[in-house]
Amino acid sequence: MDVELIRLTKRYGDTIAVDGIDLKVRSGAYCCLLGPSGCGKTTTLRMIGGHEAVTDGDVVIGPRSVGDAAPAERGTAMMFQSYALFPHLNCRDNVAFSLRMRGRPKAERRARALAMLDLVQMGHLAERLPAQLSGGQQQRVALARALVTEPKVLLLDEPLSALDPFLRVRMRVELKRIQKDLGLTFIHVTHSQEEAMALSDLVVVMNAGRIEQAADPRTVFERPATAFVARFIGGHNVIALPDGPVAVRADRMRLGPDAGPDARPARVVAVEYQGTSVHIGLDHAGLDLLAPDMDGPGRPSEGPAALTAILSDRAFAAAPLGLGDVVAVGWDPEAAHRLNA
Amino acid sequence: MTDLALPAPADAAAPAAPGLRTEERRRQRLAYLQAGPLALVFLVFLAIPLALTLMVSFWEYNEYEIIPAFTLQNYRDIFEGCLNASDLCTTARTYLSTLKLCALTWASTLLVGFTVAYFLAFHVRTRTMQTVLFLLCTIPFWTSNVIRMISWIPLLGRNGLVNDTLMGLGLIRAPIEGLLYSDFAVTLAFVHLYTVFMIVPIFNAMARIDRALIEAAYDAGASGWQTLWSVILPLTKPGIAIGSIFVITLVMGDFVTVGVMGGQQIASVGKVIQVQMSYLQFPAAAANAMVLLGAVMLIIAGLTRLIDLRREL
Repeated sequence: MDVELIRLTKRYGDTIAVDGIDLKVRSGAYCCLLGPSGCGKTTTLRMIGGHEAVTDGDVVIGPRSVGDAAPAERGTAMMFQSYALFPHLNCRDNVAFSLRMRGRPKAERRARALAMLDLVQMGHLAERLPAQLSGGQQQRVALARALVTEPKVLLLDEPLSALDPFLRVRMRVELKRIQKDLGLTFIHVTHSQEEAMALSDLVVVMNAGRIEQAADPRTVFERPATAFVARFIGGHNVIALPDGPVAVRADRMRLGPDAGPDARPARVVAVEYQGTSVHIGLDHAGLDLLAPDMDGPGRPSEGPAALTAILSDRAFAAAPLGLGDVVAVGWDPEAAHRLNA
Repeated sequence: MTDLALPAPADAAAPAAPGLRTEERRRQRLAYLQAGPLALVFLVFLAIPLALTLMVSFWEYNEYEIIPAFTLQNYRDIFEGCLNASDLCTTARTYLSTLKLCALTWASTLLVGFTVAYFLAFHVRTRTMQTVLFLLCTIPFWTSNVIRMISWIPLLGRNGLVNDTLMGLGLIRAPIEGLLYSDFAVTLAFVHLYTVFMIVPIFNAMARIDRALIEAAYDAGASGWQTLWSVILPLTKPGIAIGSIFVITLVMGDFVTVGVMGGQQIASVGKVIQVQMSYLQFPAAAANAMVLLGAVMLIIAGLTRLIDLRREL
């Protein structure tokens, strides 16, 4: 079912958590709400799910505005960050919980719960208590529990953040498979741009209660709307030129002889070998870099003003660079993407 | 529960004794040393007095003296006539009366305690307010047990405040007799005295419930009552069990409250023991105490069969 947010606002006293956002997620899409912590993405998700009262604006799910309807009446189901499995119930009863609340007969409950557990490959552990499961297994059970009521929209609150990196990638694949198989609308909150890129049909980058950009991952990466998006998505250098800021992808930076006519000298301050590529950190050479903190909580970890260039391993091997080398740096004019300030 | 858990490290080390290295032996000694103080307290204040009581319960006594000997007569006296199925012996009737008070008190304190704890844990938002209200619950404990009990008398008596008010309002014509010196009065005093012992452990158990679970239940379409029954109640069980143990043991052994609020007319096991003590019939009192101990242990064993406390804690 389509999900539409119309001027959706959440205020806590004087602080605005979500500032009148508009968004349309079409049916069957995988939508990721992406942003730093405190940007309002979780609050938005909770308002869609009916766990947070809406201060102003509307949430429309399918044909109707849901207003203050309870989660079960909206056709949404939520997967919680900490999984929130009932510790006193085994996996099967956890999954069957919502069916029990709806007064379904026991045989049906069991059958549907087991079918759901099989879908997430947890059928063999149906009798275990949550405490006897690993994080990844608990997550699968939580997913089964959310899906058992056949929701039209599944809301996921940072579902992968508690898993180790290896499991995270595996569960990511699985989430995508289940979403495609069941044809559901998924709305997934994350602060990992990598996760958002890998999963979504629609990336919604949020900052300070507003939507900075909502588009498919490729558009977001190729044509970030704002400096914040370019920086948060990563892989970009945000450079202030006399006629406004531009974003240049780090892998489109040109070094040495290819640097072109506008090349400037830069000093190499970091060389990181990454296998298929090499990341070169460059000290800014007369280039004004937009300070990362100019639009609220960005990514301070990237350091104040360093350019990054990504070279393929072959290109690096052909012309190796060492720390302290001075090299010409430039970019193709068409690789520079103009930003809306 | 602490004394159950403490010997465990030593037990675990025991099978490996032959190949024990000095380091392990030192650790083992340290474990015993750490368990020592509490073990000593238990020994001096629990184990030895219990053993002495058990010993005395087998002694003989007459009007003039207590004779160290071995006799089962004290126990025979307690259960005299109890094999007769047609009418109940004194002991059985006393126990029935005590158990009735115990059940009434338990049910009332559980109801009140659960409600108060629920309110504190789920409706009071700020931690400060929780603490303030929690302390408010303990204010009655600033006065002595006996004063709190006796202060009910002017309220409940035949010409007490309650009867006077009701008659003044014209709701009743004659005073209600059963307000004071009745099961009702005793239960009321017990509830007044012991509800806090129910509130504390239940509140503790509730405070540990992850709030996300309540949201998950709401998300799954559970109503408020369904959440209470299917999520909060099961997760509060250990607290309920601990509170129940407190209340049951306190009520089963009580003789002051039953005496004062029951107008010395209501039988209870504690009262029997107290009377025997006042006549210096220590062996008989000791035997009764041992039987009471057994009865309370049975109740607690039954409770822990229902709720595995060691697993839940």
